Amino acid sequence: MTAAVRARRSVRALLVVIALAILGVFPLVFSNPTTTTIAFYALIFMVSASAWNMFSGSSGYIALGHAVYFGCGAYALSLLANHLGVAAGWPVFALVPVAGIVAGLVAIPAGLIALRARRHTFVVITIAWMFIFQLAASNLGFTGGTSGLQPPTPLWGIDTYNRNFYYVAAVVLVLTVVLTWVVRRSRFGLQLLTIRDDEERARGLGVRVVRVKLIAFVLSAIPVGMAGAMYAYFLGQIFPQFAFDPLFDLSIALMAFIGGLGTLAGPLLGALVLESLQQYFTVQYGASQAYLIIYGVLFLVVVLLLPRGVIPSVEELIGRWRTRSAGSDAGPEEPGRTGDVVKAAGVR
Amino acid sequence: MSALLEAEGVCKSFGGLQALTDTSLSVAQGQIAGLIGPNGSGKTTLFNVMTGYERCHSGEIRLNGESITRAPPERVFALGVGRTFQITRLFFRLTVLENILVATQRHEGWIRSVARRAGSDAERRRAVEMLEFVGLGRLAARPAGELSYGQRKLLELASLLVADPAVLLLDEPTAGVNPTLINQLSERIRELNRAGKTFLVVEHNMEFVMGLCQQVTVLHQGRTLVTGTPEQVRADPAVLDAYLGGADDDDL
Repeated sequence: MTAAVRARRSVRALLVVIALAILGVFPLVFSNPTTTTIAFYALIFMVSASAWNMFSGSSGYIALGHAVYFGCGAYALSLLANHLGVAAGWPVFALVPVAGIVAGLVAIPAGLIALRARRHTFVVITIAWMFIFQLAASNLGFTGGTSGLQPPTPLWGIDTYNRNFYYVAAVVLVLTVVLTWVVRRSRFGLQLLTIRDDEERARGLGVRVVRVKLIAFVLSAIPVGMAGAMYAYFLGQIFPQFAFDPLFDLSIALMAFIGGLGTLAGPLLGALVLESLQQYFTVQYGASQAYLIIYGVLFLVVVLLLPRGVIPSVEELIGRWRTRSAGSDAGPEEPGRTGDVVKAAGVR
Repeated sequence: MSALLEAEGVCKSFGGLQALTDTSLSVAQGQIAGLIGPNGSGKTTLFNVMTGYERCHSGEIRLNGESITRAPPERVFALGVGRTFQITRLFFRLTVLENILVATQRHEGWIRSVARRAGSDAERRRAVEMLEFVGLGRLAARPAGELSYGQRKLLELASLLVADPAVLLLDEPTAGVNPTLINQLSERIRELNRAGKTFLVVEHNMEFVMGLCQQVTVLHQGRTLVTGTPEQVRADPAVLDAYLGGADDDDL
């Protein structure tokens, strides 16, 4: 038993090392600017989907307004860089964590209000927040209205430009995944899961549900804000309709659903596949929204065939395969070996 | 014997329905108290008021003489009042062990609760101990949703015990449980009581209540009808009327 656990643990460690190695060498091997641009966007969405999943996947409260934090991060970086006169290049990246904190601060009142409601009402309130922010950004003076803002653009060659952005996003992704992992194994993470299963009973066992939900909500907003900041800096401009985009909300939720809600690897896989596909289609067939059709089809396929998402379904399959192969070692298919079957059953 | 948990003059209504009218109840330290009454007599409502799930309009709930009338459920539990639900509630997608670990109380800030692993070695050992106490030790790693109905009741009890509450409120612990497990359950309750735990049990199973409880309170239409030993309650004509429907009850 412990040997099996140890074996599974070392397999998992090996997978993590391989993933980190691929993450590290990817832009060196595939240096084509189109590829590295797609890779950068994929990382942005992997950060966002994992952070979203840390709150929504664990607590069962499906938030469809995380674009608020994406947009706030984007605007915070642009405003701070412009007003403080931060030199284009590496110094602006120092504002990425600051933008994350701004997004986290915005999430406090938003969460306090939205989390007073349960389930469906909660979803509607988060959507409403998103549109309020989109409208505000289009109409306020300091956000530049509909023409948006332009953060400073670094004077890097196209190769270095993409590579630098890629590595910063990769570092943010690793930090985000570490955070979701820490939360998952913590007492706090366990409390979040009890809220998903039965919030009233969780209260009866001493879980301070309001506090736990709010902290998780704010913690999930911070990486999304950092993703928005990197996105704005990468593009060199930010408009209200891209910063506060309802499709962003649907995308990250869909990525987590497809990969496996509440799992660590699910949103990463979902975001990697969906965002890469979307960017690829955009490059191939122009900036149409044809990818939405692909999203729809993929979603249907997953709901019909793998309703809990790819990662849990695959895990289940492996588990079933393992027990079957353990059973077939004893030879249940061969009627002549009943003695062995009995022996094997006795051992188990 | 001093009162550990008391409800005094509790009134609670839902819209036009008066669920509790001037209801009082007192559970002494170290006692197994029973709360019985016909369906709809307000037993579960009283439980909800006592554990912070419902606010009463007037009246007071006291634990060790201190008012907990306005405390929310999470605070009531932290102060030492644990409860189970009439329809068993568990965290079905968590494992049996995790269901218990959640209830361990720790005084720590949120940063520590995020950073530290759920369940220290000592907490895990204690959780397993509690599981073995109720006979679910070998199921620790299974999802709670796989348990049978009776096992769920036992798990609910075990998850309260891990926090070592002063008093346990059990809402119909035997409903839907097979006789063998009922015996196991009452044995566990007696054993815990000998170790100093106080109980308040809502039950319809008269044999169970009369055999287990030292004091029984009868609720009828939201009012306290009688409080006394099982023998006194059994002999009281008002109780028979309430259950069987006497001449006074013609309006119902």
